[in-house]
Amino acid sequence: MVWDIQLHKQLHHRSARFDLQVQIASNAPRLVLFGPSGAGKTQTLKLLAGLVQADGGHVRIAGRSLFDSAAGVNLSPQQRQLGYVFQDYALFPHLSVRQNIAFARRGGWLNPRRQGRDAVVEHWLERFRLHAVADHHPHQISGGQRQRTALARALVNQPTALLLDEPFAALDKGLRQRLREELGQLQRTLAIPMLMITHDDDDVRSLADAVVHLRAGRVVDGADVDADVDADDHAAAAAADAGLLEKSA
Amino acid sequence: MEGAWVALALTLKVAGWATALNLVLGVGVGYAMARWRFWGRELLDAVLTLPMVMPPTVLGYYLLVLIGTQGPIGAWLLQHFGIRLIFTWQAAVIAATIVSFPLVFKSARAAFETVEPQLEDAARLLGVGELAIFFRVSLPLAWRGVLAGLLLAFARALGEFGATLMVAGSIPGKTQTLSIAVYEAVQAGQDDTANLLVLVTSATCIAVLLAAGRLAPGRVPQRQ
Repeated sequence: MVWDIQLHKQLHHRSARFDLQVQIASNAPRLVLFGPSGAGKTQTLKLLAGLVQADGGHVRIAGRSLFDSAAGVNLSPQQRQLGYVFQDYALFPHLSVRQNIAFARRGGWLNPRRQGRDAVVEHWLERFRLHAVADHHPHQISGGQRQRTALARALVNQPTALLLDEPFAALDKGLRQRLREELGQLQRTLAIPMLMITHDDDDVRSLADAVVHLRAGRVVDGADVDADVDADDHAAAAAADAGLLEKSA
Repeated sequence: MEGAWVALALTLKVAGWATALNLVLGVGVGYAMARWRFWGRELLDAVLTLPMVMPPTVLGYYLLVLIGTQGPIGAWLLQHFGIRLIFTWQAAVIAATIVSFPLVFKSARAAFETVEPQLEDAARLLGVGELAIFFRVSLPLAWRGVLAGLLLAFARALGEFGATLMVAGSIPGKTQTLSIAVYEAVQAGQDDTANLLVLVTSATCIAVLLAAGRLAPGRVPQRQ
């Protein structure tokens, strides 16, 4: 099983309480987590990455157990070996594109040197056509280049899976379709499991082998998704027969 | 004449030590307060800011009570190490450190709070350890604010008078800093000495400000 996830987490935001319960069991190499904003998609991704602590459950990705409350397994984000692309990319503003990509290549207390050359980093710069802007800082490059920099930074140490939080949301429409194709191709060549968050139907059409629908913190099945009316109110009821909607070809 | 340079050297030594100590203390505490949420955080912040608003003589009195030979810390030091802090330049350093601490701590906390926690999360996911994240991400991004706080603290330590006088006294060549020497000179009617000391102090402050101007510009590029 590529994605074997069962998590629950109670989130508190000011006085509001939000119950997040996610079950995913899927072999899809390209899985999309789909739902409206506020459904808990980003929180789910952070739970998987270990940035937020789950109350209980388990996370197994590509055969690796990352979290298991019953067995007492709880790897730190550092140990989970997941590539993660944040919605606004979270590039380090004080480092050049090259240093950003090289960030994970160096342990210790010092950042990679501005003049440093690392064959793996140069390979990714080449592959993502970032050589021309390698010495630029993130605020000096285009949105598409930022996205590729974030991707390269996440991939440079060969993670076991790639988690993407709305990777196209910050880009204009024309660019999106091209980058979708690029990302799809990249996933196929690297054969790396990929979990992507989106609320854009086009992303689902062009990039999903399977779709998990999330509504108000619960995984819901296809019927509830189609009958979108009052989805949030029905979400709790739907959670009872929660499942996974495989995309019909 | 000779005395002015001795006083200047002593003042720079005391202010330098105080600033160095605050680099570690103020930055450490400022980071902790910016990142960790715990009960009583704002109360602790208020207590740590007290030295900025309290009269220096009151601080000096507290210090005397603590590190005087009868005080809990002073008595302990004397008994175990034979150290007498009162009326030494080290006591002046302690006074200057405490008085200037809030300036570093406040600036550092504000600077660290502007650093997106998401950037630290990104570094975590790239496998970098917590301490390394501090040195590679948080501190470089907060550095300008921290530096501004350090310079203010250095300037404040240079001019420190009240608390220093109470715990370190005014021993020429030993604990008599510039600001205390000026006061003593005026009291004794030595206008020539006072004039020289005031000029030396002013020149030192201008030099510090110029150095600050050279250190500060655009080291950290704009954020996205």
